[in-house]
Amino acid sequence: MLIKSIFGGKSEMTEAGSKKCPVVLMTRIRLARNLADTPFPGWAKETRRREVLETCLPSVASLGQMKRGISAEIGTLSDLERQILVERHLISRELSNNSDAAGVVISKDQSISVMINEEDHLRIQVIKSGYRFKSAWNAVDAIDSALEEQLDFAFSQKIGYLTACPTNVGTGMRASTMMHLPALVISNQMEKVVRAVNQLGIAVRGLFGEGSDASGSIFQISNQTTLGESEEEIVKRLSSVLRTIIDQEMNAREKILEKDPRKLYDKIGRAYGILQNSHLLTSSECMNLASLVRFGVDLEMFPEKTRNIVDRMFIECQPGHVQYHAGENIESNARDAFRAEYMRKQFENVARPLFNIHESSDKDDTPQSDPEQEAE
Amino acid sequence: MAKPLKCDVCSEPATVHLTQIINNQIHKIDLCEACAEQKGITDPSGYSLADLLVKPDSSKSADAASISCPECGCTQREFKKTGRLGCATCYETFEALVGPALLNMHKGDSHKGKVPHRALERAHYIDRLDSLENGLKEAISSERYEDAAKMRDEIIELKKAMEAAAVED
Ligand SMILES: [Zn+2]
Ligand SMILES: [Zn+2]
Repeated sequence: MLIKSIFGGKSEMTEAGSKKCPVVLMTRIRLARNLADTPFPGWAKETRRREVLETCLPSVASLGQMKRGISAEIGTLSDLERQILVERHLISRELSNNSDAAGVVISKDQSISVMINEEDHLRIQVIKSGYRFKSAWNAVDAIDSALEEQLDFAFSQKIGYLTACPTNVGTGMRASTMMHLPALVISNQMEKVVRAVNQLGIAVRGLFGEGSDASGSIFQISNQTTLGESEEEIVKRLSSVLRTIIDQEMNAREKILEKDPRKLYDKIGRAYGILQNSHLLTSSECMNLASLVRFGVDLEMFPEKTRNIVDRMFIECQPGHVQYHAGENIESNARDAFRAEYMRKQFENVARPLFNIHESSDKDDTPQSDPEQEAE
Repeated sequence: MAKPLKCDVCSEPATVHLTQIINNQIHKIDLCEACAEQKGITDPSGYSLADLLVKPDSSKSADAASISCPECGCTQREFKKTGRLGCATCYETFEALVGPALLNMHKGDSHKGKVPHRALERAHYIDRLDSLENGLKEAISSERYEDAAKMRDEIIELKKAMEAAAVED
């Protein structure tokens, strides 16, 4: 029943395709909070953890934002249900593995999820599609403030919100975006970018499958530090780094198109061909193909609405999702067959890519900055 | 498509890929799901450098073991092993160790962000109320009725203020 409503409902992650948003797939902000005078979950005894769960779950579920959402104790969910929540970024793998007296509350649109008894008593998370720090912050701040009226958080005037791991102390905030950087990967510049960005206290992590020259090309960048700066300053710093990476990616794209467009067209054309005709697809290959098609959408080779299909593919080609759609417990070979069939269906009506569009494409159309942030 | 990368540990196809910089050097690790899980890095987004930042320090390990948090019982050795503290009070207990580590990890050592005003106010009120109520009892038992009356009035005021704070907003 839980899973049904997760799949049935509209979700920020899978239904955001109407908005044109190259490079940044999604924005996520999470806050770590702990109850005062209660040991952190990793140290607390089972009975204390249970008390925390029983205090927090109803408090969170009663919030206006969580109306008609889902709350569940992790221990009551099946393995498949947990896996699907992990694949949708709604719970962490850590929570899914360590399910003693742990819980989660998820908003109806799946943009908010609050984990209880993860590494900290509360992990409040907001996900927005595209590049939207401001609205993600507003949402997460509002939930935090509403919870603060019911719960006493562990807080020190000197070092801020107290967390189980000292790397989160202070704001307790981790802001991140998931970025799609195919041109930087193709032109072998990612290492340079990672190096530069890390020196600015920003972490870059590869996500999903890598492993061919094209690779999944999805990276998560997030703030590494949480103490000594306000939330706004952290987001500002992160945003400026982000904008630089977006610019670099856009430049790399232009260069590839100038220098050797045929190589790129070949990759994208093949990706399209495989998605329409393959009969066995692993999740990592599927990720790579989806990445190339998304690149193609950015370059206007495919109609904009194709983006929606691709973004959904990133989520739905993962093993748990395939398993769910297949409706039975199938082993990995059968999963690959099912995945291929599913993708063939998705791509049945996607028009063939256009390969002559860029000579006329106008540059103003490639958004390399974030209008939301600049409107401030 | 090119062949998928092999797991650095067991050569199964790798599905988890990490790129991190440690001491200015790029480290790329490719792992299969099983090995990644074994190493506790199944979720790259949740993987933090905490464990690397708080390094075990063998020279003082005898000392370290003897310090434990009065609130939760967590010892310094356990903190060093896991990189996780046991409770809020641990920040004070292990100040000598955590303080310098914070400076290494962060942009500064003092909080500049959001403050939970309501919770702080409430905690402050509750503390004050506690001490007044104790004082009141003591004043009554020692027959200092004038003091008792004063304290009773202040308690009433304080409770009113707490209610007002709760209603506000
Ligand atoms: Zn392995
Ligand atoms: Zn403690």
